[in-house]
Amino acid sequence: MTPIERTIRFRRYQDAAFQVLGASLTVVALLVLGALVLDLAKTGLGRLSWSFLTSFPSRKAEQAGIASAIVGSFYVMIVTAFTAIPLGVAAGMYLEEYSRRNWFTAIIEINIANLAGVPSIVYGLMALSLFVYTFGLGESILAGGLTLALLILPIVIVATREALRSIPLHIREAAYAMGATRWQVVRHHLLPYSTGGIATGVIIALSRAIGETAPLITIGALTFIAFLPPTPLTPRPEEDGGGLYGPFEWLDSGFTVLPIQMFNWVSRPGEAFLANAAAAGIVLIVATLGLNALAIVVRNRMRRRIRW
Amino acid sequence: MVQPRESAQAATPVERSVPRADAAAGLRIRRAIVDRAMQGVLALAAASSIAVTLGIVYILISESVPFFRAVGLKDFLTDTMWTPQFAVPRYGIVPLLMGTLVTTMVALAVALPVGTIIAIWLSEFAPARLRETVKPVLELLAAVPTVVYGYFALLFVTPLFQRLWPDLPTFNMLGAGLVMGIMIIPYVSSLSEDAMRAVPMLLREGSFAVGGNKIVTATRVVFPAALSGIAAAYVLGISRAVGETMIVAVAAGQQPISIDPSRPLDAMNPGQPGATITAFIVSVSLGDVQHGEIGYQAIFAAGLTLFVATLGFNVAGYVLRKRFRQAY
Repeated sequence: MTPIERTIRFRRYQDAAFQVLGASLTVVALLVLGALVLDLAKTGLGRLSWSFLTSFPSRKAEQAGIASAIVGSFYVMIVTAFTAIPLGVAAGMYLEEYSRRNWFTAIIEINIANLAGVPSIVYGLMALSLFVYTFGLGESILAGGLTLALLILPIVIVATREALRSIPLHIREAAYAMGATRWQVVRHHLLPYSTGGIATGVIIALSRAIGETAPLITIGALTFIAFLPPTPLTPRPEEDGGGLYGPFEWLDSGFTVLPIQMFNWVSRPGEAFLANAAAAGIVLIVATLGLNALAIVVRNRMRRRIRW
Repeated sequence: MVQPRESAQAATPVERSVPRADAAAGLRIRRAIVDRAMQGVLALAAASSIAVTLGIVYILISESVPFFRAVGLKDFLTDTMWTPQFAVPRYGIVPLLMGTLVTTMVALAVALPVGTIIAIWLSEFAPARLRETVKPVLELLAAVPTVVYGYFALLFVTPLFQRLWPDLPTFNMLGAGLVMGIMIIPYVSSLSEDAMRAVPMLLREGSFAVGGNKIVTATRVVFPAALSGIAAAYVLGISRAVGETMIVAVAAGQQPISIDPSRPLDAMNPGQPGATITAFIVSVSLGDVQHGEIGYQAIFAAGLTLFVATLGFNVAGYVLRKRFRQAY
């Protein structure tokens, strides 16, 4: 074998070795995800039942459930979505379609990049001082929802901008050529065409918010909630004045959310509560991974449907 | 009816034509007003992101000023004890910083090499279809709620390690840091892979032409060419690790590391429990600390430290990403 042949053989061997290394590390990373899901399932699947989903937390692990946590997560997400989506989409629209390249825009861009990297617990600290005490919202669903809305705002803004950027320039030019104002171009063309992209980003953002624990602990969300927020327009009990609950009274209610309930059970001693934690973890992971899967489906359908 | 294009600048002459008051002019005025108003509304929304930052900075500073008056900046930065619950409380941030440092180091020791190798493999070795399937699945690692990771670290990873080292405590920074590293892998691998794939084919072909194999091309040509993008990915990973809360709060224990001045390096041992800055904030929030007392102010001082640390990484990452975009 000549030296050059030996070198070539060695180089081929190098490539093959890296091929194996890269593939196996990827597999290991995915296996960890698999182990996590299996471990949760092994411990928690036995606890997962209809009564677990519909019971309130309890001192007795076998009777405890996640009803208040599921409902709390749902209500908080409503506040988050209704705040973050309009605000984030509007901000993204402005930055992509209106703003000129000047120092003001540059500052906003650096600012958003930084906000996306601020640890979530810092948002919680801000919300504790501002929402809970200064605005007097207390440890309410409204305060929790607003906190998470600020947290996911950068994700929504970035998703909106990317969706808008993928719309070809000639769409805008055609609309302007027909005499449309800038707002009409945005309203009648850019917004509808970017809906799929924005929806993908919003779903990812909400899946992040639904698993967020730390900022809500910081603002003082409770861990033991044995009641549900008042459902709008349902009868109020007589001892509480009677009549109907207002449409927005749930915003003031105390709450807990799924990840906090799980955290509470993880930190308690005793095997029985760990099974509850695992069962809550299954629900949580089904929700987040489900939302992520939904986002992928939306993105793929959009790619197939739109041909510029 | 064909109308001239109205930009925001052209709106004023149109408004002057009110006396003619025909239907078309009225319509045009209305459109111009709506156009202007919506521009204002959207600008306001964009500016709100700045308000959030200003709000964070203002609150962190204003709430921790009384704390620094009481404790003193020098003690805060140099005291090696963090014992707020003692009769004579001491507030040295060093033990909490050590906790953050150790867990971050463990996490990065996992995430940076593994993430980089996966990125190189996906970008330079894996077939395109495999890459498009693997990448989103890998990104699910970052989508798992962190409290679930905390559970996993405490009840799966740590018991696994305890079989190897029986005297490993239940709460330890090793398991927490490792799991945190796994969570960060997709942040590193996805961004690095994007950066490497943005490197023009030309450079690879040049390397192949002079006899380079794939791995030499990847490490000597593609990697350096994508370096600023990869560095941005690393910085993002570091920022995530520093700010991560629930994994360490659940699995690393909430006791600050005790620093023995005669053997300071012992504090770096990941096989012991340790509170990070973030875990401390959580443990205080779980207790009943009253608004306005020093324990309440202490979490804002800790938060301010955290914010300053991550701000540096975030801005560095932004600058690096900008550079990598402009490169080609």
